[in-house]
Amino acid sequence: MSVLVICEHSAGSIKSSTLNTVAAALKLDNDVHMLVAGNAVSEVCQKAAAIQGVTKILSVEDSSLSHQLPEVLAPAIASIAKGYSHLLVPATIFGKNLLPRVAGLLDVQQISDVIEIVSEKTFKRPVYAGNAIATVESSDVIKVLSVRTTAFDPASVQGDTSPIEQGDVSTLGGGALTKFVSEELTKSERPELPAAKIVVSGGRGVGSAENFSIIEALADKLGAAVGASRAAVDAGYVSNDYQVGQTGKVVAPQLYIAVGISGAIQHLAGMKDSKVIVAINKDPDAPIFQVADYGLVADLFEAVPELTSKI
Amino acid sequence: MKVLVPVKRVVDYNVKIRLKADKSGVDLTNVKMSMNPFDEIAVEEAVRLKEKGIVSEIIVVTIGPDKAQDVLRTAMAVGADRGVLVQTDLPTDLGGVEPLAVAKALQVIIGQENPQLVIMGKQSIDDDSNQTGQMLAAMMGWPQATFASKVEISGADAKNALVTREIDGGLETLEIALPAIVTTDLRLNEPRYAALPNIMKAKQKPLAVMSLADLGIDFAPRLKLVGLEEPPTRSGGIKVESVDALLDKLKNEAKVI
Ligand SMILES: Cc1cc2nc3c(=O)[nH]c(=O)nc-3n(C[C@H](O)[C@H](O)[C@H](O)COP(=O)(O)OP(=O)(O)OC[C@H]3O[C@@H](n4cnc5c(N)ncnc54)[C@H](O)[C@@H]3O)c2cc1C
Ligand SMILES: Nc1ncnc2c1ncn2[C@@H]1O[C@H](COP(=O)(O)O)[C@@H](O)[C@H]1O
Repeated sequence: MSVLVICEHSAGSIKSSTLNTVAAALKLDNDVHMLVAGNAVSEVCQKAAAIQGVTKILSVEDSSLSHQLPEVLAPAIASIAKGYSHLLVPATIFGKNLLPRVAGLLDVQQISDVIEIVSEKTFKRPVYAGNAIATVESSDVIKVLSVRTTAFDPASVQGDTSPIEQGDVSTLGGGALTKFVSEELTKSERPELPAAKIVVSGGRGVGSAENFSIIEALADKLGAAVGASRAAVDAGYVSNDYQVGQTGKVVAPQLYIAVGISGAIQHLAGMKDSKVIVAINKDPDAPIFQVADYGLVADLFEAVPELTSKI
Repeated sequence: MKVLVPVKRVVDYNVKIRLKADKSGVDLTNVKMSMNPFDEIAVEEAVRLKEKGIVSEIIVVTIGPDKAQDVLRTAMAVGADRGVLVQTDLPTDLGGVEPLAVAKALQVIIGQENPQLVIMGKQSIDDDSNQTGQMLAAMMGWPQATFASKVEISGADAKNALVTREIDGGLETLEIALPAIVTTDLRLNEPRYAALPNIMKAKQKPLAVMSLADLGIDFAPRLKLVGLEEPPTRSGGIKVESVDALLDKLKNEAKVI
């Protein structure tokens, strides 16, 4: 049987998380189908058809899907999934919101945040903020998986073009009870956090929203994404979508620079798989130094501008 | 309106966990246990809605061992009216009662209690599943507003709730028809501490106990815990003396910039 990947997309483009999820799917089977659901998705379908390893695109297009609400989408996915051995989504907010609703309809115990595919029914996933890795074997007929994107290198987008078929939309439902009202999206020219090669994050030590420009200046010099600790988000220095950690975003860049961050386990859970970690903190005993490859004990207000100017 | 708040007893977030010697689970002997932090936020939100006169009664429910009564008492000490323990001796972190089974149990409790709103955590900090609320919403056929950072309900007989959610790109606001499921994110509120007299009073509040086995649901685990291992440890690196030394390392040793 083939495996089905749900495409995460917005504004006509495919999210990079989808490519990591395809890579995970290809470890299960060579016949990977992709469901592209939304309002006016023909452009996304064309792009999806070129992803290496994807053999068929299923297009589900309806005006009720303009915000891809799980209430509308989950029944359709549940009915389509019955023809597949595995169903995969990226473990992003989109996937986290949607997939358990599908699993609930299918009566399947979902496996969240898969980091390794051991066999077609055995998977590894982090638990307890990444302080343990569990290997679990599923007895469900359909395996429903959310994929930790940082654990799988993205599939390439230069594949042959695969066929696009129309999916059945008769099972869309539940939308009348939920209405999209508005959204407030952070505008940024910087790379997306989970896919960035370099991430510079600031914590409570940065002190204020204005001071965060010190972090941003370093990030811009490096072409990096900007992240933050929970304390920095709670204090209003930056918006919620910057949070890195157990209950925020997970990143694993080539270089992670933690500035004014103490290194609580909840923060480490989101960044300790980075290739190289740098910590800048004035407290020599801050736990962040236990995971940092290069630690600089210094006042960030001196060290970071100096670093930025010398790069 | 009645509100149901499911709360879970988990290892306290400050504890550094250890695996059992035979790697069959996490060692919970003599480990500090607390209410899942996201559930504290859920209880707080329910209490605030009650203080505004929108909510009439707050029922807290937990699926877990006898000791999980502690988290029900904690919730009652900050304002929940009564508690329900769905008792089981199966583990609730790994290899025991899974989110699917918890959602099924909660579905039965909803059938008994008829709440207009369920507020629960987005994620347990032990299994890190982030599933139960969405699964429950699917089973009930109710709207879901996950990862909430703001909940607005206009009055006791309101038909809808306006919920702002933390999403990957920023914030999203939904209007959901009640009854519905809301799951909490960190910024929804800051939970209060229980005052001592209220902790004493909470001991008098009603607490019903039933057995998971008596709910008539299929709660057999679908996942077998094959093994548990420590993550690869990072060996701490070196301290550099200056910004120049750091730059040199990044360019010439790590070759990342
Ligand atoms: C349920 C739950 C979920 C959580 N999820 C997350 C999560 O996803 N992500 C997350 O990050 N946290 C999370 N946390 C919070 C976590 O436990 C910590 O509270 C948080 O990470 C601390 O942030 P911080 O390091 O910025 O602040 P602090 O711990 O206050 O550290 C600030 C650091 O800045 C340093 N500093 C101060 N001034 C300077 C200066 N001038 N120059 C250099 N250094 C300076 C200090 O030495 C200190 O080490 C969660 C907590 C809970 C309970
Ligand atoms: N055993 C349990 N008893 C009560 N509530 C639970 C239990 N397990 C999960 N929940 C609720 O479901 C939320 C999400 O948990 P999870 O899906 O395990 O990450 C928690 O924050 C709780 O509100």
